[in-house]
Amino acid sequence: MNKWIQYSKYSFFSLLVAMLVTGCDRSKYIVLDPKGPVGQQELDLIIISVILCAIIIIPVTAIFVYILIRFRDKPGNNAPYQPEWQDSKVLEIVWWGIPVVIVAILGVYTAKTTINLTKPPVKDVKPVVVQVTSLDWKWLFTYPGQKVATVNYAVIPTGVPIQFVLTSDAPMNSFWVPQLGGQEYTMPGMSMGLWLQADKPGNYFGSGANFTGRGFAHMQFRVKAVSQADFNLWAAGLKKSSPALTKAGYGDLSKPGNVKELSFSSYPKNLYENIVNKNGGIYYHHMHNMGDSMEMQKTTMHKHNH
Amino acid sequence: MNTSGFFVTGDPMIYGADVSIVLATVAIIASLTYLKKWGWLWKEWLTTVDHKKIGIMYLLSALLMLFRGGVDAILMRLQLAVPNNRFLASDHYNEIFTTHGTIMILFMAMPFMFALFNMVVPLQIGARDVAYPALNAISFWFFFIGAMLFNLSFVIGGSADSGWLAYPPLSEDQFSPGPGQNFWIWGIQISGIGSLATGINFIVTILKMRTPSMRLRDMPLFTWSVLSSSIAILGVFPILTVALIMLTIDRLFGGHFFTMDAGGNPMMWVNLIWMWGHPEVYIVVLPAFGVFSEVVATFSKKHIFGYASMVFSMIAIAVVSYYTWVHHFFTMGAGADVNIVFAICTMIIAIPTGVKVFNWLFTMYRGRIRLTQPMLWFCAFVPCFLVGGATGVMLAAAPADYQYHNSYFLIAHFHQVLIGGVVFGYLAGLYYWWPKLFGFKLNDRLGQWGFWLWQIGFYVCFMPQYALGFMGMTRRIYTYNQSAGWNMGWAPLNFISSVGAFIMGLGFIFQVWQILYSIKHGERDTTGDAWDGRTLEWSIPSPPPAYNFAVLPVVHGRDAWWHQKEEMRIEDYKPDPVKYEPIHMPKNTGIPFIMSCFFFVAGFGFTFEWYWMGIIGLIGVAITLFIRSFQYDTDFYIPVDEIERTEKDLRSHGSFHRTAT
Ligand code: HEM
Ligand SMILES: [Cu+2]
Ligand SMILES: [Cu+2]
Repeated sequence: MNKWIQYSKYSFFSLLVAMLVTGCDRSKYIVLDPKGPVGQQELDLIIISVILCAIIIIPVTAIFVYILIRFRDKPGNNAPYQPEWQDSKVLEIVWWGIPVVIVAILGVYTAKTTINLTKPPVKDVKPVVVQVTSLDWKWLFTYPGQKVATVNYAVIPTGVPIQFVLTSDAPMNSFWVPQLGGQEYTMPGMSMGLWLQADKPGNYFGSGANFTGRGFAHMQFRVKAVSQADFNLWAAGLKKSSPALTKAGYGDLSKPGNVKELSFSSYPKNLYENIVNKNGGIYYHHMHNMGDSMEMQKTTMHKHNH
Repeated sequence: MNTSGFFVTGDPMIYGADVSIVLATVAIIASLTYLKKWGWLWKEWLTTVDHKKIGIMYLLSALLMLFRGGVDAILMRLQLAVPNNRFLASDHYNEIFTTHGTIMILFMAMPFMFALFNMVVPLQIGARDVAYPALNAISFWFFFIGAMLFNLSFVIGGSADSGWLAYPPLSEDQFSPGPGQNFWIWGIQISGIGSLATGINFIVTILKMRTPSMRLRDMPLFTWSVLSSSIAILGVFPILTVALIMLTIDRLFGGHFFTMDAGGNPMMWVNLIWMWGHPEVYIVVLPAFGVFSEVVATFSKKHIFGYASMVFSMIAIAVVSYYTWVHHFFTMGAGADVNIVFAICTMIIAIPTGVKVFNWLFTMYRGRIRLTQPMLWFCAFVPCFLVGGATGVMLAAAPADYQYHNSYFLIAHFHQVLIGGVVFGYLAGLYYWWPKLFGFKLNDRLGQWGFWLWQIGFYVCFMPQYALGFMGMTRRIYTYNQSAGWNMGWAPLNFISSVGAFIMGLGFIFQVWQILYSIKHGERDTTGDAWDGRTLEWSIPSPPPAYNFAVLPVVHGRDAWWHQKEEMRIEDYKPDPVKYEPIHMPKNTGIPFIMSCFFFVAGFGFTFEWYWMGIIGLIGVAITLFIRSFQYDTDFYIPVDEIERTEKDLRSHGSFHRTAT
């Protein structure tokens, strides 16, 4: 029995080590491999939190193992035995104190980053607005500036802050492009803002993160970051070569089902606003980060505007 | 009445379940009849108000549900083991993760916890029963009936598939028509009412039923943990009840509490459900902390270190847990100010939790540590909970959570605290108090196998999931690598994770085997004090007589039994002469069982929107309540000679300590 336990301990630890070693290809860990300032700030916070937590767990684990070995109830163990010892103000102050300090430090960084992310990552470039609507079970992107629309992929210029405004014409979902930064919910009848930015060109994996039913697992999409010039070319190209998204076309699109990537040269005027209002947005009068009118408020884009 | 589509069909697993349900029912009925055990079943179990028996029934149900939830887990891990798998279709997978989550939290963790409450608290505080014995039975039967109703959905009508917290509008009629979601609502509603009653019952029990000489500050820490957990129950279960009623109104009567299109708001549900849901996870973990406090002190042969700070930290956790719920939806756009406040509250709750770990370690320091089974589970808990707690703090940093939210990182985190904290804790409690309730220990060798398989399986299963979170894998997807041509490299880690799930399953099988084996061959305990314990429950015979304490114990300070034993070891110790008095006890009653059967009928009726049936059920509930209010003959006295006989009997066979001294 004991031998078996020994053996299993060894194999278990070697497995852990093996996993760590083989798993070090960083590009696979997209959350840890950001391609823009938002993802980078979030990664920095992740790293800070890991370090602060390690300051606690590593010593505590060591103390635990030490105590466990030192004070085993074995014949001949001559470690001190003090059954009545049950209080020490000094020790208790120490271990209430250390976590308080750690939480204070992490709290400050958290607050800073939280506030930072409500603002465009760079101030001196005019943002691009992309409206995002989650449907059953696909993603619709409309570009109020370019007046084009896409499904299941979005193209964005690099180095430019992108104001994603989000809603849903289906159950609540969540819009997530890990390499650009964290997610935000899409909710029917509401419009929410999320700042993201890509600094390097590339194809970035995106997915719905909040469960919405049968086709949810297939709600993955691509965010393609290209230079500003290529972005302009792309939009102009769509205008020329793609079909228009009509009212009826949108009706079909919003029926449950999965589709491949689609492109449209135009979309019905105020499509996004109408989706929001139809689902209950009319009850929230001053919700104005919806985009088509391009009247974007400057701050609190993470905030509900109702 | 429309019964087309009434029975779920079309899946071999479901036919299998149909057959086994029918066979099991026939077998149970036949053997009860053959052995003439119907009367016994009714008298000893269905009508019992004895907290120990109720505890045992909770325990059995919890283990059964752990099995059911575990099978669900294995099915999910099978499906995710390889990419593009067709083992489970999307709908089926969605039903399974919904039932898995619901069952594990509400029908496994909760009853397991109530099992421990019932098995231990009255014994620890020197009481003969809980404050409201009949209500206690009602609570159990409500839980049981709710769980059965929920489980029935597997073969009748179809299960809920919108997640264990059923966010609208997905859970509304428009997107989830049919009985599945209603099963979820009514199963939880009925058992939730039972849980609320249990919370009230134990608050009153602890405050009012302690043996007169026990002050609050003498109470064992497990009892304190039950008190803090019960206070949290009292605070939040009403929120759950109300939220469920609102969702019922939306679904059955066309209300619009949670749909925007008539001015309601789904975010209101999300807030309400997490105002219950977050404290709920502390409700289930606090008693585990209590268990560990008892286990560590006993098996280190020492007083618990820093009693006051342990009590304070538990109360602090119970209170602060009310103010953290928004961390479940930082990404719902509450605004930076709100997110910061809730992020920091969430981090703050880690402080008292961490302090407890220090106190346990220093309880072991300068002690004499025995690595018995309960202690083994504690030792497994420490590193597991440290890491799980650390990832919790990571999740609490709101902007970082934008990256973890709804990903496998989150799945790994909460399983680490729920399995490492709650399940390990309750298992430690199970091993610790088993000899008290049943009079024998569980076999050590089989237990070791179970333990190590659980440990290895756990890390193999869940560590890769942290990595999967960093690789962008979201939760609740039934397959991957299929759409859009993305190959994210998730396959190897998913495969490893699934292997881990099977190893854990194997561990569970060893534990079941261990129990069955030990019923016959387990080491019998004739002393009543199987572990050289410190608290009052170890001062009476195992299993305890119906009235627990023949004479109410007199305690002077903490660890009452430990100090009494020390006194008894003194050379010229003379036990006080015992003088028995008649003991006042509650009578058994069939009302709780019958009432919950009516509630089952009501729940079933509303699930299928057969209002006539729902109303008949509710009328039945009302009538049984009415009848109960006219029962005046609800208690009796155990006469002195019967107590004398019982005590003599219990103490004669074997070396029970009082006779030994
Ligand atoms: C024993 C081994 C266990 C395994 C292998 C396991 C596995 C899983 C898996 C694969 C999922 C679904 C992930 C997804 O598709 O999103 C899941 C979800 C979940 N599990 Fe477990 N689980 C285990 C034990 C537990 C326990 C003990 C609890 C609670 C005490 C628990 C609570 C949950 C909850 C609340 C969910 C979320 C369900 C939802 O998404 O609605 N699990 N688990
Ligand atoms: Cu909203
Ligand atoms: Cu929480």
